[in-house]
Amino acid sequence: MTDRTSHLELEQHEKTFLDSNELIINMGPQHPATHGVLRVILKLDGEKVLGTECVIGYLHRGVEKIAEHRTYTMFNPYVDRMDYVAAVSNGLGYCEAVEKLLSAEAPPRAKYIRVILTELNRLASHMLWLGTHALDIGAITPLFYTFRDREEILKIFEKYCGARLTTHAFRIGGCVYETYEGFEREVKKFLDFVAPKIDEYEELLTTNRIWVERTKGVGKISAKECIALGVTGPVLRASGVKWDLRKAQPYAAYADFDFEIPIGQNGDTYDRYIVRMQEMRQSLRIIEQAVGKIPDGPIMAKVPKVMKPPVGEIYHSIEAPKGELGYFIVSDGSTQPYRVRVRPPSFVNLQALDMMVRGQLVADVIAVIGTLDIVLGEVDC
Amino acid sequence: MISRLKVRHGSGIREANTYLGQKYIVADSSLIPELLQVLRDQEQFDYCVDITAVHYLDRERQFELIWILYSFPHNERIRVKARFADGESVPSVVPIWPAANWLEREVYDMFGIRFGGHPDLKRILLPDGWKGHPLRKDYGIIQQDQEWVQINLGIESGQ
Repeated sequence: MTDRTSHLELEQHEKTFLDSNELIINMGPQHPATHGVLRVILKLDGEKVLGTECVIGYLHRGVEKIAEHRTYTMFNPYVDRMDYVAAVSNGLGYCEAVEKLLSAEAPPRAKYIRVILTELNRLASHMLWLGTHALDIGAITPLFYTFRDREEILKIFEKYCGARLTTHAFRIGGCVYETYEGFEREVKKFLDFVAPKIDEYEELLTTNRIWVERTKGVGKISAKECIALGVTGPVLRASGVKWDLRKAQPYAAYADFDFEIPIGQNGDTYDRYIVRMQEMRQSLRIIEQAVGKIPDGPIMAKVPKVMKPPVGEIYHSIEAPKGELGYFIVSDGSTQPYRVRVRPPSFVNLQALDMMVRGQLVADVIAVIGTLDIVLGEVDC
Repeated sequence: MISRLKVRHGSGIREANTYLGQKYIVADSSLIPELLQVLRDQEQFDYCVDITAVHYLDRERQFELIWILYSFPHNERIRVKARFADGESVPSVVPIWPAANWLEREVYDMFGIRFGGHPDLKRILLPDGWKGHPLRKDYGIIQQDQEWVQINLGIESGQ
Protein backbone atom coordinates (compact mmCIF):
# COMPACT_ATOMS: atom_id res chain seq x y z
CA MET A 1 0.00 0.00 0.00
CA THR A 2 2.60 2.48 -1.11
CA ASP A 3 0.17 5.21 -2.01
CA ARG A 4 -0.64 6.03 1.60
CA THR A 5 0.56 9.51 2.40
CA SER A 6 1.22 10.40 5.94
CA HIS A 7 1.19 13.84 7.47
CA LEU A 8 4.43 12.85 9.17
CA GLU A 9 6.08 12.06 5.86
CA LEU A 10 4.86 15.30 4.36
CA GLU A 11 6.26 17.28 7.26
CA GLN A 12 9.60 15.53 6.75
CA HIS A 13 9.77 16.52 3.08
CA GLU A 14 9.32 20.14 3.94
CA LYS A 15 12.21 20.14 6.37
CA THR A 16 15.73 21.21 5.43
CA PHE A 17 18.89 19.19 5.87
CA LEU A 18 19.56 20.95 9.15
CA ASP A 19 16.85 18.90 10.87
CA SER A 20 18.64 15.66 10.19
CA ASN A 21 18.23 14.42 13.75
CA GLU A 22 14.57 13.67 13.09
CA LEU A 23 13.94 10.31 11.59
CA ILE A 24 10.84 8.67 10.20
CA ILE A 25 10.77 4.92 10.51
CA ASN A 26 8.18 2.40 9.63
CA MET A 27 7.03 -0.36 11.96
CA GLY A 28 4.94 -3.10 10.44
CA PRO A 29 2.62 -4.07 8.84
CA GLN A 30 4.63 -7.30 9.08
CA HIS A 31 6.07 -7.11 12.56
CA PRO A 32 5.80 -9.70 15.31
CA ALA A 33 5.02 -7.13 18.02
CA THR A 34 2.17 -5.39 16.26
CA HIS A 35 -0.10 -8.41 16.82
CA GLY A 36 -1.26 -8.55 13.24
CA VAL A 37 -1.08 -6.26 10.27
CA LEU A 38 -0.72 -2.88 11.93
CA ARG A 39 1.59 -0.31 10.42
CA VAL A 40 2.85 2.46 12.66
CA ILE A 41 4.85 5.31 11.22
CA LEU A 42 7.15 6.64 13.90
CA LYS A 43 8.75 10.05 13.94
CA LEU A 44 11.82 9.85 16.12
CA ASP A 45 14.45 12.03 17.66
CA GLY A 46 17.06 9.41 18.50
CA GLU A 47 15.18 6.93 20.64
CA LYS A 48 12.46 9.39 21.59
CA VAL A 49 9.08 9.23 19.87
CA LEU A 50 7.92 12.62 18.58
CA GLY A 51 4.78 11.37 16.92
CA THR A 52 3.12 8.34 15.44
CA GLU A 53 0.58 7.56 12.85
CA CYS A 54 -1.29 4.30 12.56
CA VAL A 55 -2.04 2.94 9.12
CA ILE A 56 -4.77 0.36 9.31
CA GLY A 57 -7.14 -1.44 7.00
CA TYR A 58 -4.94 -4.32 5.83
CA LEU A 59 -7.43 -6.79 7.24
CA HIS A 60 -10.57 -4.95 6.16
CA ARG A 61 -13.14 -7.45 4.94
CA GLY A 62 -16.19 -5.24 4.71
CA VAL A 63 -18.14 -6.99 7.46
CA GLU A 64 -20.74 -4.20 7.55
CA LYS A 65 -21.34 -4.44 3.81
CA ILE A 66 -21.66 -8.22 3.98
CA ALA A 67 -24.30 -7.85 6.70
CA GLU A 68 -26.57 -5.92 4.35
CA HIS A 69 -26.58 -8.87 1.98
CA ARG A 70 -27.24 -11.65 4.49
CA THR A 71 -30.23 -12.50 6.61
CA TYR A 72 -30.02 -11.85 10.34
CA THR A 73 -29.27 -15.51 10.98
CA MET A 74 -26.73 -15.84 8.19
CA PHE A 75 -24.72 -12.90 9.47
CA ASN A 76 -24.28 -14.45 12.91
CA PRO A 77 -21.11 -16.47 12.15
CA TYR A 78 -19.41 -13.47 10.52
CA VAL A 79 -19.18 -11.53 13.77
CA ASP A 80 -16.93 -14.24 15.22
CA ARG A 81 -14.27 -13.22 12.73
CA MET A 82 -13.90 -9.71 14.09
CA ASP A 83 -12.26 -10.21 17.45
CA TYR A 84 -11.26 -13.76 16.71
CA VAL A 85 -9.75 -14.36 20.14
CA ALA A 86 -13.05 -13.45 21.82
CA ALA A 87 -15.56 -14.80 19.32
CA VAL A 88 -18.09 -15.74 22.00
CA SER A 89 -18.37 -12.10 23.14
CA ASN A 90 -18.94 -10.89 19.60
CA GLY A 91 -21.69 -13.44 19.12
CA LEU A 92 -23.34 -12.51 22.42
CA GLY A 93 -23.47 -8.84 21.48
CA TYR A 94 -24.92 -9.50 18.07
CA CYS A 95 -27.53 -12.02 19.22
CA GLU A 96 -28.70 -9.74 22.04
CA ALA A 97 -28.94 -6.77 19.69
CA VAL A 98 -31.16 -8.67 17.24
CA GLU A 99 -33.21 -10.10 20.11
CA LYS A 100 -33.88 -6.56 21.33
CA LEU A 101 -34.94 -5.57 17.84
CA LEU A 102 -37.31 -8.56 17.76
CA SER A 103 -38.48 -7.82 21.34
CA ALA A 104 -37.49 -11.37 22.22
CA GLU A 105 -35.52 -12.52 25.22
CA ALA A 106 -33.35 -15.56 25.71
CA PRO A 107 -34.62 -17.99 28.41
CA PRO A 108 -32.82 -17.95 31.80
CA ARG A 109 -31.00 -21.20 31.12
CA ALA A 110 -29.59 -19.86 27.87
CA LYS A 111 -28.54 -16.65 29.63
CA TYR A 112 -26.53 -18.61 32.19
CA ILE A 113 -24.85 -20.72 29.54
CA ARG A 114 -24.03 -17.50 27.71
CA VAL A 115 -22.48 -15.93 30.79
CA ILE A 116 -20.35 -18.99 31.52
CA LEU A 117 -19.00 -19.24 27.98
CA THR A 118 -18.48 -15.49 27.64
CA GLU A 119 -16.54 -15.30 30.87
CA LEU A 120 -14.46 -18.32 29.87
CA ASN A 121 -13.75 -16.44 26.67
CA ARG A 122 -12.74 -13.33 28.59
CA LEU A 123 -10.25 -15.50 30.47
CA ALA A 124 -8.94 -16.95 27.21
CA SER A 125 -8.62 -13.49 25.70
CA HIS A 126 -6.79 -12.09 28.73
CA MET A 127 -4.49 -15.13 28.81
CA LEU A 128 -3.56 -14.64 25.18
CA TRP A 129 -3.01 -10.94 25.87
CA LEU A 130 -0.77 -11.68 28.86
CA GLY A 131 1.34 -14.24 27.02
CA THR A 132 1.95 -12.10 23.94
CA HIS A 133 2.35 -8.83 25.85
CA ALA A 134 4.97 -10.37 28.13
CA LEU A 135 6.69 -11.91 25.12
CA ASP A 136 6.89 -8.50 23.43
CA ILE A 137 8.54 -7.05 26.51
CA GLY A 138 11.03 -9.90 26.71
CA ALA A 139 9.55 -12.43 29.12
CA ILE A 140 9.13 -15.63 27.18
CA THR A 141 7.89 -18.00 29.88
CA PRO A 142 4.38 -16.58 30.48
CA LEU A 143 3.49 -17.35 26.87
CA PHE A 144 3.95 -21.08 27.42
CA TYR A 145 2.07 -20.98 30.70
CA THR A 146 -0.91 -19.05 29.34
CA PHE A 147 -1.19 -21.05 26.13
CA ARG A 148 -1.10 -24.27 28.11
CA ASP A 149 -3.99 -23.11 30.30
CA ARG A 150 -5.96 -21.43 27.52
CA GLU A 151 -6.02 -24.80 25.82
CA GLU A 152 -8.28 -26.11 28.59
CA ILE A 153 -10.84 -23.38 27.82
CA LEU A 154 -10.72 -24.17 24.12
CA LYS A 155 -11.33 -27.82 24.93
CA ILE A 156 -14.54 -26.86 26.74
CA PHE A 157 -15.62 -24.76 23.74
CA GLU A 158 -14.83 -27.60 21.37
CA LYS A 159 -16.81 -30.05 23.42
CA TYR A 160 -19.72 -27.64 23.68
CA CYS A 161 -20.05 -26.48 20.08
CA GLY A 162 -17.40 -28.23 18.01
CA ALA A 163 -15.25 -25.18 17.37
CA ARG A 164 -12.34 -23.73 19.28
CA LEU A 165 -11.97 -20.17 18.02
CA THR A 166 -14.78 -19.01 15.78
CA THR A 167 -17.34 -20.75 17.91
CA HIS A 168 -20.72 -19.47 16.69
CA ALA A 169 -21.92 -20.72 20.07
CA PHE A 170 -25.12 -18.68 20.35
CA ARG A 171 -28.13 -18.15 18.15
CA ILE A 172 -30.62 -15.32 18.02
CA GLY A 173 -33.10 -16.26 20.73
CA GLY A 174 -30.82 -18.33 22.95
CA CYS A 175 -28.41 -21.20 22.48
CA VAL A 176 -28.70 -23.99 19.99
CA TYR A 177 -26.72 -26.58 21.93
CA GLU A 178 -27.65 -28.06 25.28
CA THR A 179 -24.74 -28.40 27.68
CA TYR A 180 -22.99 -31.72 27.26
CA GLU A 181 -22.93 -34.49 29.83
CA GLY A 182 -20.59 -33.43 32.64
CA PHE A 183 -20.33 -29.80 31.51
CA GLU A 184 -20.76 -28.37 35.01
CA ARG A 185 -18.25 -30.82 36.44
CA GLU A 186 -15.66 -29.99 33.80
CA VAL A 187 -16.08 -26.26 34.19
CA LYS A 188 -15.72 -26.58 37.97
CA LYS A 189 -12.64 -28.72 37.49
CA PHE A 190 -11.23 -26.07 35.21
CA LEU A 191 -11.87 -23.35 37.83
CA ASP A 192 -9.94 -25.34 40.45
CA PHE A 193 -7.18 -25.91 37.92
CA VAL A 194 -6.79 -22.35 36.74
CA ALA A 195 -7.06 -20.33 39.99
CA PRO A 196 -3.54 -21.29 41.19
CA LYS A 197 -2.25 -20.78 37.64
CA ILE A 198 -3.19 -17.11 37.73
CA ASP A 199 -1.18 -16.77 40.94
CA GLU A 200 1.65 -18.45 39.07
CA TYR A 201 1.55 -15.83 36.29
CA GLU A 202 1.61 -13.12 38.92
CA GLU A 203 4.59 -14.75 40.63
CA LEU A 204 6.47 -14.52 37.34
CA LEU A 205 5.71 -10.88 36.69
CA THR A 206 4.13 -8.74 39.41
CA THR A 207 7.32 -8.11 41.38
CA ASN A 208 9.75 -8.99 38.60
CA ARG A 209 12.16 -6.06 38.43
CA ILE A 210 12.51 -6.05 34.66
CA TRP A 211 8.74 -6.25 34.19
CA VAL A 212 8.11 -3.44 36.66
CA GLU A 213 10.72 -1.17 35.08
CA ARG A 214 9.40 -1.80 31.60
CA THR A 215 5.78 -1.14 32.53
CA LYS A 216 5.55 1.34 35.45
CA GLY A 217 4.94 4.87 34.20
CA VAL A 218 4.90 3.68 30.58
CA GLY A 219 2.06 4.76 28.29
CA LYS A 220 0.22 6.81 30.87
CA ILE A 221 -3.29 7.96 30.11
CA SER A 222 -5.56 9.81 32.51
CA ALA A 223 -9.24 9.13 33.07
CA LYS A 224 -10.15 12.42 31.41
CA GLU A 225 -8.11 11.61 28.33
CA CYS A 226 -9.61 8.12 28.15
CA ILE A 227 -13.15 9.50 28.17
CA ALA A 228 -12.34 12.20 25.60
CA LEU A 229 -10.85 9.59 23.29
CA GLY A 230 -13.64 7.09 23.89
CA VAL A 231 -11.26 4.52 25.35
CA THR A 232 -13.09 1.78 27.27
CA GLY A 233 -12.44 -1.57 28.88
CA PRO A 234 -9.47 -2.40 31.12
CA VAL A 235 -7.58 0.66 29.80
CA LEU A 236 -10.26 3.00 31.14
CA ARG A 237 -10.53 1.11 34.41
CA ALA A 238 -6.76 1.18 34.96
CA SER A 239 -7.04 4.97 34.84
CA GLY A 240 -9.37 4.86 37.81
CA VAL A 241 -12.84 4.90 36.27
CA LYS A 242 -15.03 2.25 37.86
CA TRP A 243 -17.10 1.57 34.78
CA ASP A 244 -18.01 -1.79 33.38
CA LEU A 245 -21.07 -2.34 31.20
CA ARG A 246 -21.78 -5.59 33.03
CA LYS A 247 -22.56 -3.41 36.08
CA ALA A 248 -23.54 -0.10 34.50
CA GLN A 249 -26.15 -1.52 32.14
CA PRO A 250 -26.38 -5.23 32.92
CA TYR A 251 -27.18 -7.58 30.06
CA ALA A 252 -27.53 -11.38 29.81
CA ALA A 253 -27.68 -12.63 33.43
CA TYR A 254 -24.93 -10.43 34.87
CA ALA A 255 -27.28 -8.72 37.32
CA ASP A 256 -27.57 -12.06 39.21
CA PHE A 257 -23.91 -12.31 40.12
CA ASP A 258 -21.71 -10.80 42.71
CA PHE A 259 -18.41 -9.44 41.41
CA GLU A 260 -16.14 -6.45 41.69
CA ILE A 261 -14.82 -4.04 39.11
CA PRO A 262 -11.05 -3.87 39.59
CA ILE A 263 -9.56 -0.43 38.98
CA GLY A 264 -6.09 1.11 38.92
CA GLN A 265 -4.87 4.58 39.79
CA ASN A 266 -1.98 5.52 37.56
CA GLY A 267 -3.27 4.55 34.14
CA ASP A 268 0.10 3.09 33.16
CA THR A 269 1.01 -0.23 31.57
CA TYR A 270 1.62 -1.81 34.97
CA ASP A 271 -1.81 -0.85 36.29
CA ARG A 272 -3.47 -2.20 33.17
CA TYR A 273 -1.65 -5.46 33.78
CA ILE A 274 -2.86 -5.59 37.40
CA VAL A 275 -6.43 -4.72 36.36
CA ARG A 276 -6.56 -7.52 33.80
CA MET A 277 -5.11 -10.02 36.26
CA GLN A 278 -7.80 -9.12 38.78
CA GLU A 279 -10.45 -9.26 36.08
CA MET A 280 -9.46 -12.84 35.41
CA ARG A 281 -10.11 -13.67 39.06
CA GLN A 282 -13.47 -11.88 38.92
CA SER A 283 -14.40 -13.91 35.84
CA LEU A 284 -13.66 -17.05 37.81
CA ARG A 285 -16.00 -15.77 40.53
CA ILE A 286 -18.79 -15.19 38.03
CA ILE A 287 -18.37 -18.59 36.40
CA GLU A 288 -18.32 -20.27 39.80
CA GLN A 289 -21.62 -18.66 40.79
CA ALA A 290 -23.23 -19.33 37.42
CA VAL A 291 -22.22 -22.94 37.01
CA GLY A 292 -23.64 -23.87 40.41
CA LYS A 293 -27.14 -22.70 39.59
CA ILE A 294 -27.87 -23.04 35.89
CA PRO A 295 -31.69 -22.96 35.83
CA ASP A 296 -33.64 -25.72 34.11
CA GLY A 297 -35.85 -25.03 31.16
CA PRO A 298 -35.66 -24.34 27.47
CA ILE A 299 -32.53 -22.88 25.88
CA MET A 300 -34.26 -21.23 22.97
CA ALA A 301 -36.93 -18.52 22.99
CA LYS A 302 -39.76 -18.64 20.50
CA VAL A 303 -38.34 -16.70 17.58
CA PRO A 304 -39.59 -17.01 14.02
CA LYS A 305 -37.56 -19.11 11.59
CA VAL A 306 -37.68 -16.26 9.09
CA MET A 307 -36.81 -13.17 11.06
CA LYS A 308 -38.34 -9.88 10.02
CA PRO A 309 -37.78 -7.39 12.82
CA PRO A 310 -40.17 -4.42 12.71
CA VAL A 311 -38.88 -1.22 11.13
CA GLY A 312 -36.64 0.53 13.61
CA GLU A 313 -33.16 0.70 14.97
CA ILE A 314 -31.28 -0.45 18.00
CA TYR A 315 -27.92 0.12 19.64
CA HIS A 316 -26.80 -2.59 21.99
CA SER A 317 -23.40 -2.89 23.56
CA ILE A 318 -21.63 -5.32 25.84
CA GLU A 319 -18.43 -5.34 27.84
CA ALA A 320 -16.16 -7.35 25.57
CA PRO A 321 -12.67 -8.27 26.91
CA LYS A 322 -11.28 -5.20 25.11
CA GLY A 323 -13.97 -2.66 25.95
CA GLU A 324 -17.37 -1.56 24.77
CA LEU A 325 -18.45 -3.61 21.77
CA GLY A 326 -21.57 -2.12 20.24
CA TYR A 327 -23.93 -3.07 17.43
CA PHE A 328 -26.14 -0.49 15.77
CA ILE A 329 -28.70 -2.25 13.60
CA VAL A 330 -31.26 -0.62 11.33
CA SER A 331 -34.16 -2.78 10.21
CA ASP A 332 -36.36 -1.95 7.23
CA GLY A 333 -38.76 -4.76 8.05
CA SER A 334 -37.21 -7.24 5.61
CA THR A 335 -35.24 -10.41 6.32
CA GLN A 336 -31.93 -8.63 5.89
CA PRO A 337 -30.63 -5.79 8.04
CA TYR A 338 -30.66 -2.45 6.25
CA ARG A 339 -27.49 -1.42 8.04
CA VAL A 340 -25.27 -2.99 10.66
CA ARG A 341 -22.67 -0.85 12.30
CA VAL A 342 -20.14 -2.46 14.58
CA ARG A 343 -18.47 -0.26 17.16
CA PRO A 344 -15.27 -2.18 17.75
CA PRO A 345 -13.43 -1.43 21.00
CA SER A 346 -9.98 -2.12 19.50
CA PHE A 347 -10.48 0.47 16.75
CA VAL A 348 -11.39 3.24 19.14
CA ASN A 349 -8.78 2.28 21.75
CA LEU A 350 -5.99 2.21 19.16
CA GLN A 351 -6.62 5.88 18.52
CA ALA A 352 -5.08 6.60 21.94
CA LEU A 353 -1.72 5.09 20.91
CA ASP A 354 -0.30 8.36 19.60
CA MET A 355 -1.10 10.24 22.79
CA MET A 356 0.26 7.46 24.98
CA VAL A 357 3.67 7.10 23.35
CA ARG A 358 4.62 10.70 22.62
CA GLY A 359 7.85 11.53 24.41
CA GLN A 360 8.55 7.91 25.25
CA LEU A 361 11.05 5.45 23.80
CA VAL A 362 10.67 3.22 20.76
CA ALA A 363 10.69 0.15 22.98
CA ASP A 364 7.73 1.61 24.87
CA VAL A 365 5.68 1.70 21.67
CA ILE A 366 5.86 -2.09 21.70
CA ALA A 367 4.75 -2.17 25.33
CA VAL A 368 1.85 0.21 24.66
CA ILE A 369 0.57 -1.68 21.61
CA GLY A 370 0.59 -4.78 23.80
CA THR A 371 -1.15 -3.12 26.72
CA LEU A 372 -3.93 -1.71 24.52
CA ASP A 373 -4.79 -5.32 23.70
CA ILE A 374 -5.89 -4.78 20.13
CA VAL A 375 -6.94 -7.44 17.67
CA LEU A 376 -6.50 -6.30 14.10
CA GLY A 377 -9.44 -8.31 12.86
CA GLU A 378 -11.60 -6.03 14.96
CA VAL A 379 -9.72 -2.80 14.23
CA ASP A 380 -10.21 -3.30 10.50
CA CYS A 381 -13.50 -5.24 10.58
CA MET B 1 -33.72 17.36 29.39
CA ILE B 2 -35.74 17.23 26.19
CA SER B 3 -37.87 20.17 27.28
CA ARG B 4 -34.74 22.15 28.09
CA LEU B 5 -33.39 21.41 24.63
CA LYS B 6 -36.70 22.32 23.01
CA VAL B 7 -36.79 25.66 24.78
CA ARG B 8 -33.32 26.42 23.53
CA HIS B 9 -33.58 25.09 19.99
CA GLY B 10 -37.29 25.30 19.30
CA SER B 11 -38.52 23.61 16.17
CA GLY B 12 -34.98 22.52 15.26
CA ILE B 13 -35.65 19.42 17.36
CA ARG B 14 -37.99 17.59 15.01
CA GLU B 15 -38.56 14.55 17.12
CA ALA B 16 -37.52 13.36 20.55
CA ASN B 17 -38.67 9.89 21.36
CA THR B 18 -37.77 6.48 22.64
CA TYR B 19 -37.78 3.22 20.71
CA LEU B 20 -37.40 -0.07 22.58
CA GLY B 21 -36.37 1.95 25.62
CA GLN B 22 -33.64 3.88 23.82
CA LYS B 23 -33.76 7.66 23.54
CA TYR B 24 -33.16 9.45 20.30
CA ILE B 25 -33.42 12.95 18.95
CA VAL B 26 -33.99 13.83 15.32
CA ALA B 27 -32.55 17.29 14.79
CA ASP B 28 -32.36 19.72 11.96
CA SER B 29 -28.98 19.53 10.24
CA SER B 30 -28.46 23.24 10.93
CA LEU B 31 -28.35 22.46 14.67
CA ILE B 32 -25.21 20.37 14.28
CA PRO B 33 -22.76 20.87 15.96
CA GLU B 34 -24.31 23.37 18.43
CA LEU B 35 -26.76 20.79 19.76
CA LEU B 36 -23.96 18.27 20.30
CA GLN B 37 -21.87 20.90 22.06
CA VAL B 38 -24.80 21.63 24.38
CA LEU B 39 -25.32 17.94 25.04
CA ARG B 40 -21.71 17.60 26.14
CA ASP B 41 -21.38 20.81 28.10
CA GLN B 42 -24.79 21.10 29.73
CA GLU B 43 -26.17 17.57 29.75
CA GLN B 44 -22.85 15.87 30.50
CA PHE B 45 -22.74 13.51 27.55
CA ASP B 46 -18.99 13.28 27.90
CA TYR B 47 -18.37 10.13 25.88
CA CYS B 48 -18.92 9.93 22.13
CA VAL B 49 -19.54 6.23 21.65
CA ASP B 50 -19.89 6.11 17.91
CA ILE B 51 -20.52 8.15 14.81
CA THR B 52 -22.01 6.45 11.82
CA ALA B 53 -24.25 7.01 8.82
CA VAL B 54 -27.03 5.25 6.95
CA HIS B 55 -27.59 5.73 3.24
CA TYR B 56 -31.15 6.07 1.88
CA LEU B 57 -30.98 6.27 -1.90
CA ASP B 58 -34.60 7.30 -2.42
CA ARG B 59 -34.56 10.25 -0.03
CA GLU B 60 -33.87 13.77 -1.06
CA ARG B 61 -31.34 14.13 1.75
CA GLN B 62 -29.65 10.80 1.30
CA PHE B 63 -27.57 10.45 4.42
CA GLU B 64 -28.66 10.07 7.98
CA LEU B 65 -25.81 10.79 10.38
CA ILE B 66 -26.00 9.22 13.82
CA TRP B 67 -24.09 10.28 16.89
CA ILE B 68 -24.34 7.80 19.75
CA LEU B 69 -23.52 9.49 23.06
CA TYR B 70 -23.15 8.29 26.61
CA SER B 71 -23.06 10.18 29.86
CA PHE B 72 -20.84 8.78 32.60
CA PRO B 73 -22.42 10.91 35.37
CA HIS B 74 -25.98 9.86 34.44
CA ASN B 75 -25.33 6.36 33.01
CA GLU B 76 -27.50 7.28 30.07
CA ARG B 77 -27.32 6.94 26.32
CA ILE B 78 -28.80 9.04 23.58
CA ARG B 79 -28.73 9.00 19.80
CA VAL B 80 -28.76 12.20 17.79
CA LYS B 81 -29.77 11.92 14.16
CA ALA B 82 -29.71 14.47 11.37
CA ARG B 83 -30.12 14.23 7.61
CA PHE B 84 -27.67 15.59 5.09
CA ALA B 85 -27.70 15.74 1.31
CA ASP B 86 -25.07 14.04 -0.84
CA GLY B 87 -22.08 16.35 -1.16
CA GLU B 88 -23.10 18.46 1.80
CA SER B 89 -20.43 19.01 4.40
CA VAL B 90 -21.14 17.79 7.93
CA PRO B 91 -19.58 19.82 10.76
CA SER B 92 -16.87 17.83 12.48
CA VAL B 93 -17.21 17.14 16.20
CA VAL B 94 -13.49 16.51 16.76
CA PRO B 95 -13.24 19.78 18.76
CA ILE B 96 -16.00 18.45 21.05
CA TRP B 97 -14.86 14.83 21.38
CA PRO B 98 -11.33 13.93 20.13
CA ALA B 99 -12.65 10.35 19.77
CA ALA B 100 -14.53 11.51 16.67
CA ASN B 101 -11.32 11.75 14.65
CA TRP B 102 -11.09 8.16 13.42
CA LEU B 103 -14.85 7.63 13.53
CA GLU B 104 -15.41 10.50 11.10
CA ARG B 105 -12.59 9.28 8.90
CA GLU B 106 -14.31 5.92 8.72
CA VAL B 107 -17.64 7.51 7.76
CA TYR B 108 -15.85 9.54 5.08
CA ASP B 109 -14.10 6.42 3.81
CA MET B 110 -17.24 4.30 3.68
CA PHE B 111 -19.83 6.89 2.56
CA GLY B 112 -17.87 9.77 1.06
CA ILE B 113 -19.37 12.23 3.52
CA ARG B 114 -17.02 15.15 4.13
CA PHE B 115 -16.61 16.59 7.60
CA GLY B 116 -15.90 20.31 7.65
CA GLY B 117 -13.22 21.26 10.13
CA HIS B 118 -11.79 17.77 10.56
CA PRO B 119 -8.03 18.05 11.20
CA ASP B 120 -6.94 15.26 8.86
CA LEU B 121 -9.80 13.92 6.79
CA LYS B 122 -8.59 11.04 4.65
CA ARG B 123 -9.42 7.39 4.13
CA ILE B 124 -8.70 5.09 7.03
CA LEU B 125 -9.51 1.51 6.05
CA LEU B 126 -9.30 1.59 2.25
CA PRO B 127 -6.19 2.71 0.35
CA ASP B 128 -5.90 6.45 -0.39
CA GLY B 129 -6.20 6.10 -4.15
CA TRP B 130 -9.35 3.93 -4.07
CA LYS B 131 -12.36 5.14 -6.03
CA GLY B 132 -15.82 4.74 -4.55
CA HIS B 133 -17.30 4.49 -1.08
CA PRO B 134 -18.41 0.92 -0.36
CA LEU B 135 -21.18 1.39 2.19
CA ARG B 136 -23.27 3.50 -0.18
CA LYS B 137 -26.29 1.54 -1.29
CA ASP B 138 -25.41 1.98 -4.98
CA TYR B 139 -22.03 0.32 -4.47
CA GLY B 140 -22.31 -3.40 -5.29
CA ILE B 141 -21.17 -6.06 -2.88
CA ILE B 142 -18.53 -7.43 -5.26
CA GLN B 143 -17.75 -4.09 -6.82
CA GLN B 144 -14.16 -2.94 -6.61
CA ASP B 145 -11.80 -0.37 -8.02
CA GLN B 146 -10.47 -2.52 -10.90
CA GLU B 147 -7.90 0.04 -11.93
CA TRP B 148 -6.45 0.28 -8.43
CA VAL B 149 -6.30 -3.49 -8.11
CA GLN B 150 -4.56 -3.88 -11.47
CA ILE B 151 -1.97 -1.17 -10.84
CA ASN B 152 -1.23 -1.88 -7.20
CA LEU B 153 -1.69 -5.62 -6.88
CA GLY B 154 -0.67 -6.56 -10.43
CA ILE B 155 -3.66 -8.88 -10.89
CA GLU B 156 -6.62 -8.69 -13.24
CA SER B 157 -9.28 -8.76 -10.59
CA GLY B 158 -9.61 -9.26 -6.88
CA GLN B 159 -12.78 -11.29 -7.31
